[in-house]
Amino acid sequence: MATFLGINLFGLFGQLLVGLINGSFYALLSLGLAIIFGLLKIINFAQGAIYMLGAFGAYLGLQYLGIGYWAALIVVPLVVGLLGILMERFLIRPIANEDHLYSLLLTFGVALVLQGLFTHMFGSSGLSYAIPDALKGGTKLPFMYLPSYRAWIIIASLTVCFATWWMIEKTKLGAYLRAGTENAALMQAFGINVPLMVTLTFGFGVALAGFAGVMAAPVYSVSPDMGSSILIVVFAIVVIGGMGSIGGAIITGLGMGIVEGLTKYFYPEASNTVIFLVMVIVLLIKPAGLFGKEA
Amino acid sequence: MSTTRPEKIRINDLHAFYGESHILHGIDMSIGQGELVTLLGRNGAGRSTTLKAIMSMVGRRTGSIVINGTETINMPAHKIAHLGIGFCPEERGIFSSLNVEENLMLPPAVRSDGVSVEEIYEMFPNLYERRFSQGTRLSGGEQQMLALARILRTGANILLLDEITEGLAPVIVQKLAEVLMALKERGLTILLVEQNFRFAAPIADRHYVMEHGHIVEQVHAHELKAKTELLNTYLGV
Repeated sequence: MATFLGINLFGLFGQLLVGLINGSFYALLSLGLAIIFGLLKIINFAQGAIYMLGAFGAYLGLQYLGIGYWAALIVVPLVVGLLGILMERFLIRPIANEDHLYSLLLTFGVALVLQGLFTHMFGSSGLSYAIPDALKGGTKLPFMYLPSYRAWIIIASLTVCFATWWMIEKTKLGAYLRAGTENAALMQAFGINVPLMVTLTFGFGVALAGFAGVMAAPVYSVSPDMGSSILIVVFAIVVIGGMGSIGGAIITGLGMGIVEGLTKYFYPEASNTVIFLVMVIVLLIKPAGLFGKEA
Repeated sequence: MSTTRPEKIRINDLHAFYGESHILHGIDMSIGQGELVTLLGRNGAGRSTTLKAIMSMVGRRTGSIVINGTETINMPAHKIAHLGIGFCPEERGIFSSLNVEENLMLPPAVRSDGVSVEEIYEMFPNLYERRFSQGTRLSGGEQQMLALARILRTGANILLLDEITEGLAPVIVQKLAEVLMALKERGLTILLVEQNFRFAAPIADRHYVMEHGHIVEQVHAHELKAKTELLNTYLGV
């Protein structure tokens, strides 16, 4: 067995890989949350349920419509994004002028309804979804065995995250989004259709969660509570990174996945709590989060 | 009032509200093409609210606001700018998450014959030199130039400018006066909210004086001398 300074490299790299994969999902989910929060100023509690919806979308698409994994990767986020658009337009918009607490509670309610509905229909034991043929098997690296699908998760998530970051920070469309985040009323006075922008942004933010759900279906069990368990961790990550920072959400998501993975190797007992510990420390030292702007 | 010029803005019985507070109580005004008109008055008289009401940035508004011949009182806020209006808010509204050039290019063109980017950089060389800096890192004067340049680029030919000289050095205020005169000569229509009467007096055609959400007086440029005493009472200078 390969060791270095008494460290089992197989074990260490294995946990690092698990950490990177979890981190990829954290990054996708917190990125969606950050985009939505930036423009709408609401925390979308339904983000986890929508991630679950994405995984079920892949599963149901395959079972009943013959939609394979690769098609699902495109179709499911689109459908989920459309649902998000309807949700913004008909549920969130009517109470947009009230205290943001109301929309937060509303999204929480939507999450509970979705989770309850799927538990009722499919039970809570979880369903399995096969890894697509092209990504079965793996590669033997010097210190570890790298399953192809896991490598794909990391590459695809990072690509989507980076593309989103690039779009927001470097394009004209992104400039609209950034400016709208700062001062929506002035954007409106410049002749930009802010309500439409809000709807599309919400749709895109939840589509990211839908995409994460499809990615997750082959590695985690497809179950109604898969969203609620990951969402708690994602919220902690959003607090650590600082609400509303796009790059911050991605880096913190990935980083916390790695921290979690390393903890699993060095001190497994703490692996479930380490992120919350980091959150407490960050809140004490820099309340606005690592990448957040002080209010 | 100049009746020979085409009317660009006509406001009748405008009331504006923020939640429960009733800010404007029946404003009437008319501005012709190429005119530079100021709104004078003390803080809280309703001058900024008048500009915001025209842009539909208040809670609720009633009455009539006709811009370029189109009634806008029930128009969605994002459509108003496309009638050829550019708004420069009191706090300047430079976006900190955008660099200077992004700020400049942000508002969509509302008419086809806007000032070109080259021309803007010629007019304000500082903006060109600092085009990749964060918008809010500019000095106050440069930010004001940027806020103004930004709406000139869109081709807006009706400008609503709120306190553009506030807190700026005299040399920059002088430069702004020159810019406004040049725009006026181009035929642009300007409605200016201004505290600095010495800046506004030599360049304006007319002045409306506001108090408690009403227009209480209208003074033409040629009447300024005769009405100085009266203006002093209203403005408390």
